[in-house]
Amino acid sequence: MIQLRDLSVKLPGFTLKEINLTVEKGEFFTLLGPTGAGKTLILESISGMIPIHRGTITINGKDVSKMPPERRGVGIVYQDSALFPHLSVRKNIFFGLRYHGKTVRQSGKELDAVIQWFSLEHLLDRSVENLSGGEKQRVAMARALAVDPSVLLLDEPLSALDPSFREEIRDNLKTLHEETGITVLMVTHDFVEAHYLAQRAAVLNAGLIEQTGTVADVFYRPSTPFVARFVGMKNIFPAKIDKDVAWVDDLQFTIPHSDNGFRKYVAIRPEDICVSRTNISKIATNVFNATITRIFNKGIYCDIRLDVSGTVFQSLLPSSALYRMNLAEGETVCITFTPERVHVL
Amino acid sequence: MKVEPFLWLMISCSLLIIAFILIPLFEMVAQPTAAAMAETFQDADVLRSILFSLSTAAAAAVISFVLGTPFAYLLARRTFPGKKIMESVVDLPIMIPHPVVGIALLSIAGRNHWIGQYLQAMGITLMGTATGIIAVMTFVGIPFYINTVKAGFESIPVRAENVARSLGASRSGAFFRVTFPLAWRSMVVGMIMCMARGISEFGAIVIVAYHPMVASVMIYERFTAYGIKYSQPVAVWLILICLFLFLLLRFFSIQPKSTT
Repeated sequence: MIQLRDLSVKLPGFTLKEINLTVEKGEFFTLLGPTGAGKTLILESISGMIPIHRGTITINGKDVSKMPPERRGVGIVYQDSALFPHLSVRKNIFFGLRYHGKTVRQSGKELDAVIQWFSLEHLLDRSVENLSGGEKQRVAMARALAVDPSVLLLDEPLSALDPSFREEIRDNLKTLHEETGITVLMVTHDFVEAHYLAQRAAVLNAGLIEQTGTVADVFYRPSTPFVARFVGMKNIFPAKIDKDVAWVDDLQFTIPHSDNGFRKYVAIRPEDICVSRTNISKIATNVFNATITRIFNKGIYCDIRLDVSGTVFQSLLPSSALYRMNLAEGETVCITFTPERVHVL
Repeated sequence: MKVEPFLWLMISCSLLIIAFILIPLFEMVAQPTAAAMAETFQDADVLRSILFSLSTAAAAAVISFVLGTPFAYLLARRTFPGKKIMESVVDLPIMIPHPVVGIALLSIAGRNHWIGQYLQAMGITLMGTATGIIAVMTFVGIPFYINTVKAGFESIPVRAENVARSLGASRSGAFFRVTFPLAWRSMVVGMIMCMARGISEFGAIVIVAYHPMVASVMIYERFTAYGIKYSQPVAVWLILICLFLFLLLRFFSIQPKSTT
């Protein structure tokens, strides 16, 4: 278990402010946020690479805030693998053994298991400089796990990989976590990774945690406009809200019942905005006539901008649907979204 | 294809500089006869002065290695108030006129200075001794060592050290098992540069210690006493030795190609 209490880190030009975070034992937790939000800084504080200004870091109930990195029992894997280029794959993996009172012979079976797990048997005598990105990352993970750390910190471990390797390592990580039950804290800005791997997530912005919750919560029920934008809710509008009605300029939406008078925004995911050629106002709520202002073809999906009396909505349609409906810029269509899909924040 | 005037400018300037460096050196190397060269090499004074230059410069390089490596590591890895000033201080010996270096070192080594008194109490004299020459060579050579090694340390990712520490290595363990094996090449290059700088020093050495005679002072003495013809063979031998050092430097500064 990792617990951060009021953690503050001050660096020239950047501050982490009072971070409170708990990663439960055996949990896979992701830290999300844009570049420069301070995600890596949190990992480096936990691992002891960066001195903290205030607060406490507890790992499995032990306060490690003032401990040197080598005594914290934290494994770390960086985006660029950070392998030791002067050592072979084998020597990279065995690097930490001597500090844990282990020899290769003593921990033979465990090491074999780690090596087999990452399918590295045939690479052991290779120089790490000639490995592919995926192989490097597998070696980095095997090296971290060889010393049996109590928690594993992953700093965007998949983002530098080719898509094919990325899926492979992602699957590796998932089964690894399921089978070993190790506590993992991973930094990423990729939602697919977060959804696939993690149970809970926190979103970080400019050194502050904006939201903590299950991945589904963060994704579908963002608590701030920043998180909403970050998780891809493109349609975020300032709104006047009264119980189950919201006004965005002159448009009136039906929304889920909201009793919090302080909420000022409505947000709708672009994939929740349906586009049709026929008017379905008799069978659906929140139906508006819209003019297609732009269509951005993004391969499998199309990003469509729709103007409803000056308010521009963004919808995401499968390209096949766009083709089937034969939609073009300048045309008038009907858009709709169910009240349950309107998120109030 | 028409060659641009700017390209011509670059090429002609480059050729001019190469010619400016190589022609005088080539002329000097070509002028002495083989007999004169052999005779000079058999001259015990010449041989002694060249070996003395080499040994004192090597001593300066070793001192730079021992004292300069931790300092270069500090400069490469830490940010602290006054770091820029410290870096400028390291570069100072490169800027100072050479005789001034000699005078400055003598001024603290004399009886009137507390450091001089302390050195004398320990039986250390700079004036006219090998110690003085090594001190001068270290003074003028250590900036080259520190700057080279600092750049070497900076090229090694901090993350590699971080990972080593997360795996259980102490700060020194991470240094000796990760950083040092990756940076030793820059240390060798730094030591060769420091040594080459020491061998080429004249102005400061001639003030601190005319005797015992290093090669550069011997060349100067032969030139003033007997003229250019007698100084040339000694100079050629010194150039050949410096060239050898330079080749060593090139050899060590080329990274080996990684093997599959």
